[in-house]
Amino acid sequence: MRELQDTVKALFDKGEIDLFIGYEKGTRTPRPFFVHKAEDAENLIFDAACSGNLAVYLTRKDLTGGKKTGISASYYALKSIAQLFDENQLKAENLRIFGVSEEGSVQFFDSVAAIKQHLSATPPPAKPDEDELVGKINAMTASERWKFWSDELSKCFKCYACRAACPMCYCTKCIVEVNRPQWIQPWASTLSNMEWQINRVMHLAGRCSDCGSCGTACPLGIPVHLLTHKMSETVKEHFGVSETKENVLSTFKPDDKENFIH
Amino acid sequence: MIHNNCLQITDKGLKDWLAKIIAGGKQLYAPVREGDKTAFKWLDSVAEISMEHIQTTQSAKAVAFPRAEKLFSYQKEKGAVTLQDYNPDNLSETVIFGLHPCDAAGFRPLGSIFNWDTPDKPYNERRKRMTLITVSCTKSDEFCFCTSVNGGPGNTEGSDILLTPLKKDYLVEIITEKGQKLVEAYQSCFDTPPENSDKEACLAKVPVRFSPEEVSRKLSGMFESKVWETQSERCLGCGACAFVCPACACFDIQENSKGNSGDRLRCWDSCGFSLFTLHTSGHNPRSTQSQRWRQRLMHKFSYMPDRLSVIGCTGCGRCSRACPVDMNIAEHLADIG
Repeated sequence: MRELQDTVKALFDKGEIDLFIGYEKGTRTPRPFFVHKAEDAENLIFDAACSGNLAVYLTRKDLTGGKKTGISASYYALKSIAQLFDENQLKAENLRIFGVSEEGSVQFFDSVAAIKQHLSATPPPAKPDEDELVGKINAMTASERWKFWSDELSKCFKCYACRAACPMCYCTKCIVEVNRPQWIQPWASTLSNMEWQINRVMHLAGRCSDCGSCGTACPLGIPVHLLTHKMSETVKEHFGVSETKENVLSTFKPDDKENFIH
Repeated sequence: MIHNNCLQITDKGLKDWLAKIIAGGKQLYAPVREGDKTAFKWLDSVAEISMEHIQTTQSAKAVAFPRAEKLFSYQKEKGAVTLQDYNPDNLSETVIFGLHPCDAAGFRPLGSIFNWDTPDKPYNERRKRMTLITVSCTKSDEFCFCTSVNGGPGNTEGSDILLTPLKKDYLVEIITEKGQKLVEAYQSCFDTPPENSDKEACLAKVPVRFSPEEVSRKLSGMFESKVWETQSERCLGCGACAFVCPACACFDIQENSKGNSGDRLRCWDSCGFSLFTLHTSGHNPRSTQSQRWRQRLMHKFSYMPDRLSVIGCTGCGRCSRACPVDMNIAEHLADIG
């Protein structure tokens, strides 16, 4: 903790950053915290409970536009940052990216390659509760699964917290906001809620870091992150892990499999 | 014989009463536990009711102000248009059981907005069919702040009947004529109260965080303040806070059209969304998240007290519990006030 605070103070003192995005103590769990000057760095914290994906703020031009920005990134935030670089959404010269190891030591990443190297050498944090629920859903018959998701998504009131919390949902105009033509009915109902989630998940194909922030953000506790999780597994199974900047959503090859079309 | 409009009911009597209300043809909306959350549901059986929660995920406002409401339908044929106006005839008589005083109180700001100039037919038709059986709070958490917005854990405002869990049974306070009717119809379920029912001793202790008058006074001079940018930095711009709020009434009008016919719908909207108040011209008077956060606090704690003589907040704390980034409203208001 102390090391991160000192590192951030030094960055401000040397004029290397104008803004640092980290975590501070929240009401129950740590919350995002924006540091604008060296003395505020004292409130920074970073531990296993700091799980919200801060990469979501890096594409917010109103917050970070024109600013040299530092960020303390969790495992999944690093994954999202690497993906955002691949999608040409970030400028390396404006960013100072830090990870924090389990022992609390601060690790500086000087390039996307260094982040990717770190990610390939680090196992993702365990998610036992999610694994259990995924196991249950996988064991369901198609009709049981339909009922499970119909029940869950009937609750959705379209607050779009899942979208707002996602670092990869950086579109300035989301498909649900397009009304000429209106692709998705904008009011909340079971069917239109499903349409929204299917679209959200498809747009994240090959891009999702599987951080789970969408599910954590849902005020109604709908496990929407399991949809993106399942999609990530499916993408890996059918297309493998991309070694290049290409991703499943935005890449087309003439020899792509078409055996799913009946 | 009802003494001082107070009665007492046992746990078993309460279940019998609610079961008889369902059997009598009224729709019952009550809290049901699902995993670590509790939500209001339409129930056929009282066995599912849970009262262990501090707060349900959503308020009960959807009964009077559904997330999507059909205002009218239309058909076009050979240039002629026929309209079917909102028809309240099929709306059911409803009993909401197990809401807390902060939710019952929420129908005052909601009703004030929906009756501001033109009385709103769908809201008023639904509201007049509702009877509220509220349960006082015996516990609270760090997000509760009803006592800072003129409420309290045993507040009777908005309720037709208020139940307070005593050591063993429930104290029953009959607040309105509607409540009186619902008790009189099933009088055998109730007992008269013992002489000294100490209601206050059974209530949760909710500390006062700020003075609403002080907050309102300060807000009136804070439109250009830098505080909005600072407070809203972490806000992600979703609608979770508005949708769980018992007093938020903003809505959007949508069209569900199919060829030559369709429905005009009223749907929940949120001042947190970037599309909120976006004009057709492309101009948005609230183009940044900080302006939208300012609108949220100003509307609830300055404009509504000024124009409707009611605070647009009942201190239920749901917005703070629901927020993915802990935009704790009581904390922000305490910083201002």
